[in-house]
Amino acid sequence: MKEFAYRRATDLRDALIAGSTGARYLGGGTNLVDLMKSGVEAPDRLVDVRWLPLAGIRETPDGGLLIGATTTNSDLAAHPGVRRRYPALSQAVLAGASGQLRNMATVGGNLLQRTRCGYFADPSYACNKRLPGSGCPAIAGQHHNHAVLGWSPHCAATHPSDMAVALVAFDAIVRYETLDGGGEIPLEEFYPPVGDTPQRETALPPGALITAVVLPGSAVSPRSRYRKVRERASYAFATVSVAVGLDGDGGSARIALGGVASRPWRARTAESSLLAGPPTADGFRAAADAELSAARPLPGNGYKVTLARNLIVAVLEEVHA
Amino acid sequence: MNTANGAVGTARPRIEGKAKVTGAARYAADVPMPDLLAGSVVLSTVSRGRIRGVDVSAVRDMPGVVGVIDHTNAPRLNPKAGGFFGPDGQLRLLQDAVVPFAGWPVALVVAETPEQARAAADALPVTYDEEPHDTAFTADHPAGRPALTIFDEPVDVGDVEAGLAASAVVVQERYRTPEEHCSAMEPHSATVWWEGERLEAIDSNQGPFTIAATLAALFSLSLDRVRVRTEQVGGGFGSKGLCGPQLILAAMAALRFRRPVRVTLTRAQVFLATAMRPATDQLIRIGADADGRLRAIWHEPAFEISPLAEYIEGCTELTKTLYAAPAIRTNLTAVPLDILPPGSMRGPGAVPGSFALESAMDELAERLDLDPLELRLRNEPPVGPVSGLPFSSRNLVACLREGARRFGWDTRDRRPRLRRDGALLIGTGLAATSFSVGAFPSSASMTAEPDGTFTVAIGATDLGTGARTALTAIAADALAVGIDLIRLKISDSALGPAWPAGGSRGTTSWAWAIAEAAAKLREQDRRGTVTVDTGQSLGDLPSLERHAYSAVFAEVGVDPATGEVRVRRLLGMFAVGRVVNPLTARSQVVGGMIGGLSMALHEEGVRDPVSGRHVNADFAGYHIASHADVPDIEADFVPDYEPGIPLGIKGAGEIGNVGTAAAIANAVWHATGVRQRSLPIRLDRVLEA
Amino acid sequence: MTDDHRSGISLRVNGVTHRLTVDNRTTLLDALREDLGRTGPKKGCDHGQCGACTVLLDGRRVVSCLTLAVAAEGAEVTTIEGVEHPLQAAFVAHDGFQCGFCTSGQICSAVGMLAEHAAGWPSAVTADVSPDTPPPTLDAAEVRERLSGNLCRCGAYPAIVRAVIEVAG
Repeated sequence: MKEFAYRRATDLRDALIAGSTGARYLGGGTNLVDLMKSGVEAPDRLVDVRWLPLAGIRETPDGGLLIGATTTNSDLAAHPGVRRRYPALSQAVLAGASGQLRNMATVGGNLLQRTRCGYFADPSYACNKRLPGSGCPAIAGQHHNHAVLGWSPHCAATHPSDMAVALVAFDAIVRYETLDGGGEIPLEEFYPPVGDTPQRETALPPGALITAVVLPGSAVSPRSRYRKVRERASYAFATVSVAVGLDGDGGSARIALGGVASRPWRARTAESSLLAGPPTADGFRAAADAELSAARPLPGNGYKVTLARNLIVAVLEEVHA
Repeated sequence: MNTANGAVGTARPRIEGKAKVTGAARYAADVPMPDLLAGSVVLSTVSRGRIRGVDVSAVRDMPGVVGVIDHTNAPRLNPKAGGFFGPDGQLRLLQDAVVPFAGWPVALVVAETPEQARAAADALPVTYDEEPHDTAFTADHPAGRPALTIFDEPVDVGDVEAGLAASAVVVQERYRTPEEHCSAMEPHSATVWWEGERLEAIDSNQGPFTIAATLAALFSLSLDRVRVRTEQVGGGFGSKGLCGPQLILAAMAALRFRRPVRVTLTRAQVFLATAMRPATDQLIRIGADADGRLRAIWHEPAFEISPLAEYIEGCTELTKTLYAAPAIRTNLTAVPLDILPPGSMRGPGAVPGSFALESAMDELAERLDLDPLELRLRNEPPVGPVSGLPFSSRNLVACLREGARRFGWDTRDRRPRLRRDGALLIGTGLAATSFSVGAFPSSASMTAEPDGTFTVAIGATDLGTGARTALTAIAADALAVGIDLIRLKISDSALGPAWPAGGSRGTTSWAWAIAEAAAKLREQDRRGTVTVDTGQSLGDLPSLERHAYSAVFAEVGVDPATGEVRVRRLLGMFAVGRVVNPLTARSQVVGGMIGGLSMALHEEGVRDPVSGRHVNADFAGYHIASHADVPDIEADFVPDYEPGIPLGIKGAGEIGNVGTAAAIANAVWHATGVRQRSLPIRLDRVLEA
Repeated sequence: MTDDHRSGISLRVNGVTHRLTVDNRTTLLDALREDLGRTGPKKGCDHGQCGACTVLLDGRRVVSCLTLAVAAEGAEVTTIEGVEHPLQAAFVAHDGFQCGFCTSGQICSAVGMLAEHAAGWPSAVTADVSPDTPPPTLDAAEVRERLSGNLCRCGAYPAIVRAVIEVAG
């Protein structure tokens, strides 16, 4: 690890001044410190935002929740309002990492975590995300756990967050601050398409600090479920995961997929397909097939298409039951 | 021998238990050391080639850097040094510019603190002239050649071709296992310093005496000038049997800088630079009569090796002894590749070999429409089917029958894909196993102290096997005194020659020496000091088929929509001779079964096909079973006794791993109707559209 | 190394306050082990992938290998050396370890986990996470899931789960 300067931010403005001049924000550190040890990240300065008064969850007038950016994953998953009104979000967070890591990781940091592609994590390999223009060894190499949707010839890495999959199903909005003022970005637009810029992972302006995630009041969230499939029963990143929410009469669904793309994948095609017919097994299959008709698997990960399809159907059946 | 006071056979918590639950237990990297330097290893990032240059000037002035050792300035090592297989090229670190595999140590950066050493190691520019490499293992690889025949040599008894031709049913299938990593939780660590003219080392390894002997040979020192100690060892599973790179490089640095140096491998370096189980590809043909009597077994495994170091993955050990076939043929092919030298991993040979043999037996039972348990019972051999030697003690049938009773096997419908639990398909499977037992020469000394206690000194080591606790009980019984009077000293090469913890022969070998020492001390009225070496009495042991046995039963749940396989029940019955400590022995065989479960479902070293390098050299990428993957496990012992060996004990360290993967794979077939002939049983291999 | 790269910090470890100057790169794990002689927490992977370095930070279990010492300034740290809990005797009695290298982390993790469960936190295997249903009973499945961040290669898992359930009552 390269040497770096460290400072605790005294207030938001102090943090933003540091951030606008090149310091990296440190939250729980579970991903950034890890990557600094591997040499993937090499900041000269860290500004610790963990102690800013950004933690906590409060109810909003529209029946939604405002989740402070430094709220830990554990506190998010344990929050009664989240568990009651957004159970899939609680389940998604609990399905991620380990108890220890959830106690450290923050909501803002979770959204910004980097891919777990093995080539990205090892600086001795080429990687367009880490070193633009150097190439993507995964596409001709090991891509068993890489993307089947929305990838480009420049990068086939997946986004690793479980939490973000549930958030994107519930139309979450990312709130941020910069020295020039704040802004909001719907999570669905937060992660730009890979294209030829896989190194550009978010739509945040330079120096911006995520301050909160806003969950709008939602008719579909109370009846929701997150299911994660992985190569180990716990403590592993998703092979494929799905978040599904249904409205009160089951007529309208929200579906998002994890482990299949460079971003949490909102399955809008499947959602539309479900609106067209009654909630039957055939209808679920048709919806899943419609969503996955856009899939372009690599030679070694075609199973993910089958898995994603089966998982959408299984979880739809589960929440309808 | 008087064992009347009965320490042996009594369940007793580990002697070092309290130290381990309070953080007081000291492992190699825990020992405080004044004036300590930190060494950080740099590994090659190409699979084959030559080092063009190591630009030491780029890091020399970094904070805290004391120096860099590479092939241009490293101490010369004795090329004849080696171990069990003879001179070992993987020990000859930093001797020339040749890079034989990715992960080969190319430099050691030494600095005042670990952070400084790591930072400089990461920054050290090493350039290579890359050469074409070959890391792609196949059974029919043109470089394949017969394996060494030091053990698990090829056999050919009876007429295999005729036996297969005359069989009513023949199974002919290939079974594959991937590269697997020992993955002990403690990364390899060594601290080396000079004490006068003696090189002192604290090192995490499986046998301080043999390691010290190798280290002395490498550095051309007499053995009395090298001392290796290790108090607690955080698991080995084979990966700490060799004189590891941490120790060789730390010794080089201590020699060079004349200060204590600690070298601890990173987790990635443990994956890339310490022993792994080689990938195997095994062709099996088994033929049987319609009533299930075997006529022939032909087992042809291939495995990968490195040209640097000979090694035998003895996959056909069980094939030669487990079943009564009139014709048996085996031959092992070794395929040299540009890879990390494979070595012993818990249950070497027997573990991948039993996956093939016991999967094939299950397939045979299926095709015969016979209960797989009954198939085993019908082929119980009266004598060694290849050797013709009598069995010293063979309690496989007892394991099978008692295991079947406890598991509820008799109500099993052997047709596949009939049972469901909600969306899950449920299946059960079994496997029979054996594991060779024996002992190797060891020395021990015993002293009657003036305070009435007895000091027992032996160069044994306890990797978590429970050896410390077991040997204390054995010494107490052998002396016919209470265990509180025994002061056991282990884990120090200065205690004399001893077999390392390995081959399931550690405790047996050490117990033998302790038993002989106690007998001698009692001859002199428990006074004074005695020293023994068991070389002579071991030579007098009659040659017999000597094995431990077990039967493993598994129940799995399979979600056909996701391909997820979960083990719901696992039961093992073991015949491992006299059980010294039922508490710790049970832990050992249960732990082995978990290793087998992990192998069945999770473990796989994955290489980039272009560079030939690992892409999952960490615990996030290389999965070992977690808490959530492991059900409660029942393991127990049938009465067993090994004649000719003191106390009648056999090893129990590895047999737990053997057979478990096949039992689980057979259960997956029973659940789904689909055979899994390649490990691990990944969900993409099970997933149904 | 410039002053920018070092920090004076105060850590309260097992009830004793220590003032030390650390390289900002130093993790809490390394500060505990190398600077303060608390070698109970182990470095099994140094990347948050094994749990052997688990300690309690202000009462919550964390992996100390991904916690920068400087970022833990002012925190109350409990390592295995500062734990006095019935779990320890239960681990010995049930033989909930073999090599012992993961044990410090398993026990610290279990201590933190019991507190999390007592606070009503659900887990990934809790059938219904609703706060309006009774909290989950700490059965074997719950214990396994909640302790899955602590790998053990010797395979002591079943004994660990028995020890934890016995203590949890």
